[in-house]
Amino acid sequence: MTETLPGAGVPNPLDEAAITAAVDQAVAAIAAASTLDELKAVRLAHTGEKSALSLANREIGGLPKDQKAAAGKLMGSSRGRVNKALADRTAELEAENDARILVEETVDVTAAPRRRRAGARHPLSTLQERVADIFVGMGWEIAEGPEVESEWFNFDALNFKPDHPAREMQDTFFVEPPEAHLLMRTHTSPVQVRSMLERELPIYVLCPGKVFRTDELDATHTPVFHQFEGLAIDKKLSMADLRGTLEHFARQMFGDEAQIRLRPNYFPFTEPSAELDIWHPGAKGGPSWIEWGGCGMVNPNVLRAAGIDPEIYSGFAFGMGIERTLMFRNEVGDMRDMIEGDVRFSEHFGMEI
Amino acid sequence: MRIPLSWLREFAQVPAGATAEDVMAELVKVGFEEEAVHRPTDTLQGPIVVGQVLSIVKEPQTNGKTINWCQVRVVPEGQQQSLTGEGIDPSGVQGIICGAHNFVEGDKVVVTLPGAVLPGDFHISARKTYGHLSAGMIASVRELGIGEDHDGILVLSRIGLDPEIGTDAMELLGLYDQAAEINVTPDRGYAFSIRGVAREYAHATGTSFTDPAASVQAPAGLAGGFGVKLNDGAPIYGKPGCDRFVARTVRGIDATKPTPPWMTSRLRLAGIRSISLPVDISNYVMLELGQPTHCYDLDTLSGDIVVRRAVAGEKITTLDAKERTLDVEDLLITDGSGAIGIAGVMGGAATEVSGSTTNVLVEAAHFDEVSIARSRRRHKLPSEASKRFERGVDWQVAGVAAQRVVDLLVELAGGTAVAEGTDVGTAPDAVAVELPAAFAAERIGIDFTEDQILTSLQDLGAVVVRNAGGYTVTAPSWRNDLETREDLTEEIARLVGYDKIPASLPVAPPGRGLTRVQQQRRRLVQALAASGLTEVLAYPFVSKAANDTFGVPTAGTPRKALKLANPISEEQGYLRTSILPGLIEVAKRNHSRGFRDLALFEAGLVFLPGDTLGTATIPPLGIRPSDEVLDGLYDGVPDQPLYLAAVLTGHDSPAAAGHTPRAWDWADALDIARIAGDVLGVEIVISQGQHQAFHPGRAAQLALRTGEVLGFAGELHPKLLAAHDMPARSVALEFNADALFEAAADVIVARQLSTFPVATQDVALVLPQDIPAEDVLAALREGAGGLLEDVALFDVYAGKGIEDGKKSLAFSLRFRAADRTLTADEASAARESAVAVAHGRFGAVQR
Repeated sequence: MTETLPGAGVPNPLDEAAITAAVDQAVAAIAAASTLDELKAVRLAHTGEKSALSLANREIGGLPKDQKAAAGKLMGSSRGRVNKALADRTAELEAENDARILVEETVDVTAAPRRRRAGARHPLSTLQERVADIFVGMGWEIAEGPEVESEWFNFDALNFKPDHPAREMQDTFFVEPPEAHLLMRTHTSPVQVRSMLERELPIYVLCPGKVFRTDELDATHTPVFHQFEGLAIDKKLSMADLRGTLEHFARQMFGDEAQIRLRPNYFPFTEPSAELDIWHPGAKGGPSWIEWGGCGMVNPNVLRAAGIDPEIYSGFAFGMGIERTLMFRNEVGDMRDMIEGDVRFSEHFGMEI
Repeated sequence: MRIPLSWLREFAQVPAGATAEDVMAELVKVGFEEEAVHRPTDTLQGPIVVGQVLSIVKEPQTNGKTINWCQVRVVPEGQQQSLTGEGIDPSGVQGIICGAHNFVEGDKVVVTLPGAVLPGDFHISARKTYGHLSAGMIASVRELGIGEDHDGILVLSRIGLDPEIGTDAMELLGLYDQAAEINVTPDRGYAFSIRGVAREYAHATGTSFTDPAASVQAPAGLAGGFGVKLNDGAPIYGKPGCDRFVARTVRGIDATKPTPPWMTSRLRLAGIRSISLPVDISNYVMLELGQPTHCYDLDTLSGDIVVRRAVAGEKITTLDAKERTLDVEDLLITDGSGAIGIAGVMGGAATEVSGSTTNVLVEAAHFDEVSIARSRRRHKLPSEASKRFERGVDWQVAGVAAQRVVDLLVELAGGTAVAEGTDVGTAPDAVAVELPAAFAAERIGIDFTEDQILTSLQDLGAVVVRNAGGYTVTAPSWRNDLETREDLTEEIARLVGYDKIPASLPVAPPGRGLTRVQQQRRRLVQALAASGLTEVLAYPFVSKAANDTFGVPTAGTPRKALKLANPISEEQGYLRTSILPGLIEVAKRNHSRGFRDLALFEAGLVFLPGDTLGTATIPPLGIRPSDEVLDGLYDGVPDQPLYLAAVLTGHDSPAAAGHTPRAWDWADALDIARIAGDVLGVEIVISQGQHQAFHPGRAAQLALRTGEVLGFAGELHPKLLAAHDMPARSVALEFNADALFEAAADVIVARQLSTFPVATQDVALVLPQDIPAEDVLAALREGAGGLLEDVALFDVYAGKGIEDGKKSLAFSLRFRAADRTLTADEASAARESAVAVAHGRFGAVQR
């Protein structure tokens, strides 16, 4: 749609004053336009086919040759001014418009719904992986094995004499029928035996996994729990090497200030044997030594059971509980929280530990 | 083992002010873990004194009871009451109300005066009751926390005491003593005695030790005593069941004499109840020397004692009045009448000492550890005696212990020792262990000096002979655990101190890192957690019904599963063949705690027994079994693959402003399986599946391209959900993760990417309802040929405009050539040939 200004005559393209007036009028109208729609109307009125400037421009064709140049120059600069004003104002109004729309589109980001969430790992699994990573970093390998085992791997190969009280103290779940000599492993040591039978020497392996004892579930006991056991078999390994390894591990796990303590103890599969305590500065009731696990030098009978010559090789082994570690490292007060699968427990940890 | 400190002090240099905690702190250094402290004064405080009842006035009450209004003298006549405080009468005579009636005027009793505190935080004060001001209490053993007897108050004359009035009764009754309880590892039988622990205390503190066995004057040889024959016809592992039997006779005892308080106090602190004087003496000697002994009523014995194995069907009534059928492996003490005791485990009722016993035969014998352990287990008769015998008792101490019992029976029970006695048996050969000079140093990492080695071993009681290469060590008779050079090494390190062991870090050879399967497992579990599922770890114990439902697709086929011989609960007596029952339990637990929107998963082993189950025999200790035997052991261990399962209930997210949560449905279960496939780079082939635990029309079978079935996914069966009280439409999946890991490619070969323009064509096919979309997709892929880059199902329609029994499936086909821009005609031709295969295979027609 085109419009003409009512009552407007066609100015002479040589009449500088009239043309300037028309330009000024157009520029003023452009400046006055406050929306893009108003500006569009102004543009049509002042630059459309029927506008004074367009009509004046059309008059140039009918002018004598000698006047055409002057008129063309005047009209060109005049229309240039108007177009520039239009372009500037358009840009201004568009910018204003964009800004306004964006302001209008403002949301309350604090009210955003949670549509997707990461789930969670079980902290016992995450901690187990973290322990494994520390040993992998030391060049050790991770060995695994079955949870239902032959009695030989769980006891006899580990120098548990058939009638010794130590065997009974393991509170073993037996699998029927008893003649099959199958049980649920009471520690991950059978994996150590398998490793010694299957791997080339020297051996540096960590055996994490689930183990089973016939304890009723309560705040500090569970019939199913997790251990990690380490085994190193090499020439000339000593208890100092055991201590160094445990100390290094404790520092990786608990920081450079971590301290460990070895106390004499008894296990059928190690001789000498030791109980491993870790210093816990943040323990409830004040700093104290916390029992962390058992360790010792591999009993030569265990090496013999795996066909390793104890005159040439020696080794050390250690074992700690993951649950126990989680309990004092992460201040879990009740064993049942780790066992029952309450989603709040895992979700609190997320994917970390 | 509980160690009364007063007893320990007799043989070790325990500082006067030392507490049970101090003693435990020393003992822990030599390997005895701290267990507990037993200290009467933790719950009992004076003033508690000996009083004499001056007068008793019986006052009947309206409730029918009669109470006694007593005047009790608590300070010797003519002396001043030195105690002060509210309720303490300066006259030295307290007025006390007492409800018990087992005492008379003149009796000496224990009076808890105002200010005293009794176990249970019971504060004694003067208070008005029954119309009198009762200022104190006349105590029973139960109120003092020293016995269970609540028949009445403790009358001191009845326990053989006549102390001066005003005596500190806590001192009198040994209540200022305390005991340290330590854990004794099963190799150290000798430490189940004050003798053993006192020696260890000396090791720990570097102080001197007085051997209680050395102060007993046992005769060098015994003869002419009670007839005893050791007649073991069936030794276990070639070891005779009894290799020493000492029998001593004491005549004319008064078995009814009370046990003196110093003895009952120590027994009590050691955790042993006072029974009668002869029994208490026997127990006391056992605690002191570690040698269990037994007292027979001599007059009930008939004929010689014979120690032999039981005959089939033989029975005995033991001290606990139970009749027990004996096993031919049980070692027995017998006389002319038959069995009179299960050796080392429990005596028989017929020959036990009683109040009327006057003549006693004392037994101190040495039994084989294994034989005793087996009898104890067989008859479920754990006793203080069997605990010691099965860990090993000092062969040499039997004669000493018998003498000590005799001495105490003479001293305390008024008996007369008979000079004649019996001592039969043969000492086991002493074992000499060779310890190479450098061995301990190499094994421990401490450069032990020769002096350290010699001193440590000699302190233990060992005989050490220096030889060219090292030491020949003969362990003392009480240390049956010292059999190897490693055992001796531990002793040297233990006595020098484990805290002296330095630290050095051995360097492992270059490793391989995690194995591929370990990495795959981590990636899988991590991916599922990252996509919103929560990992849980359920117990593997399930019911038979759970295995029969979840472990096998077809109903009515029992699942072969492992059964536990001793489960925690009989209902959950089997090992899982599926992860799902455990997950469902966990889901229900979360529901009960108010969490209904769940996405749970677990990766864990399931137990799938095959035809071979275990092995009939187990190879012996300390030797590598042959390859054949090892193969048998390996083969006997049931298959235990890693399964992964998930259960989803409720919605995918919590409801929120501007967000409508979506209910989980069957397709989510499939998606999780496919995510698992994605992260491992294995295609999971979905087909319509049938599994009794799942909705018959909404279950997918998950398989590999090879056809190997991995598992199932979909909506759980509505009836099963209802039976388990689970929300309707809950979905689940389970698959064999190990099989998925194995199917992953070792190397993924890259695909050439074409950058030529894409040509997309859609096609809607009408075909019978029962044709699975997956099959149509496969047909289209096959027909479209190499130009097809991808095909996706984007619409499923049935209803108006479509013939009954048919459906319309709309597919989007994406074509692209590797080497040129495709023309529309080329793309259409490929689409037509795709449709042609679908038509040929399923009668599909373009809509």
